[in-house]
Amino acid sequence: MSEATTIVRVPVRLTVNGKSVSAEIDPRTLLVQFLRETLDLTGTHVGCDTSQCGACVVHLDGVAVKSCTVLAAQADGASVTTIEGLATGGKLHPMQEAFRENHGLQCGFCTPGMIMSAVDLVARFGPDLDEATIRENLDGNICRCTGYHNIVKSVAAGAAAMGSAEAPRAAE
Amino acid sequence: MYAFDYQRPDAIAAAAAILSADPEAKALAGGQTLLPTLKQRLAQPTALVDLSRIPELSGICATTEGVSIGAMTRHAEVAASDVVRAAIPALSDLAGMIGDVAVRNRGTIGGSLANDDPTADYPAAVLALNASVVTDRRSIGASDYFRGLFETALEEGEIITRVDFPKVEKAGYAKFRNPASRYAMAGVFVAKTAAEVRVAVTGAGQSGVFLWTEAGDILSSDFTVQAISGLALDPSNLMSDLHGSAEYRAQLAKVMLKRALASITG
Repeated sequence: MSEATTIVRVPVRLTVNGKSVSAEIDPRTLLVQFLRETLDLTGTHVGCDTSQCGACVVHLDGVAVKSCTVLAAQADGASVTTIEGLATGGKLHPMQEAFRENHGLQCGFCTPGMIMSAVDLVARFGPDLDEATIRENLDGNICRCTGYHNIVKSVAAGAAAMGSAEAPRAAE
Repeated sequence: MYAFDYQRPDAIAAAAAILSADPEAKALAGGQTLLPTLKQRLAQPTALVDLSRIPELSGICATTEGVSIGAMTRHAEVAASDVVRAAIPALSDLAGMIGDVAVRNRGTIGGSLANDDPTADYPAAVLALNASVVTDRRSIGASDYFRGLFETALEEGEIITRVDFPKVEKAGYAKFRNPASRYAMAGVFVAKTAAEVRVAVTGAGQSGVFLWTEAGDILSSDFTVQAISGLALDPSNLMSDLHGSAEYRAQLAKVMLKRALASITG
């Protein structure tokens, strides 16, 4: 098929950070392109564009995915959370706060993906994370500043903070 | 990416109809290999047929023989499944070692097997466990399914629907990852039934996954790590590239076999 061939655009409707969005898109549109270019949610980054670096990690129906390797059309009907969707009421999410407190970023490029993977990690393993679990489960996120030491500290602190933020609710 | 049409049928028959009407159309499973391939313009399908909304392609169920896994079941689901862990724990372990978390949340067993990458993990399990790859047309035994690098017994437009794994007495998997790509440079799955031991090697063979029959024969009579101490894998049909020579991979395969056995026998 040549580039000149008419492309049949496909309708997509999804929920992004709690808001319903819809558009007619070229089927080639990647989820990350849709987020960044159509919705102007530029917090999700494109690093390697080959599903290795993890800068583009978002949550798709509650689980971490590399949005550079998902078509926006595949996400039709789904619920997406990006880094912009974590903070509530002007207050940083506990994981974001932990990255700030622990200097868990240097240049900051990988940070949105690191934080989205970290929140996913807490969802799977709970708030009490040991270093080995954190390191093993961040193997799909690359920090080229090599700031891993403080990233691991941040994730542990953020996970603990998420746990204590939830505890009062659990006790009710 | 070159332009393509996107279709999302909700039944196997509808997907099969699109694929057989257009030989240039391609099935899309989890997309973790296909989308990177399209981005590099290494393929130019006219249409992608997204199989994700066909309910009967997903899910895991226990069978009298073992466990049946729907083709569109994600690696993360296989890794976390109590049903798989109860039947064949090594299969859950293998699924949990594929790629990284985010890739495992998208990639599927059917996609992996249809693609048949020579460094993929699932082919080793399917071949060692002597599983059956079930399609919309037939059931294909593991020994007939794998035909070479990215080559399988699948015909044009044939869709994998599920994979049936028979229960085994014992099984284990170990792999050595390429430190950069994280793909297997050698991955060894060993499976023991009452009748025999089968050893399959991925990541190392020039023609993709293969059965290491000599290892299987020795382990059939003596299922211990010590039994294979004098064994060596013939490197003549192994891959040689900038990551490692055929001889290096032969040695890695033996070490991975030992580790896989150690994971079972302790």
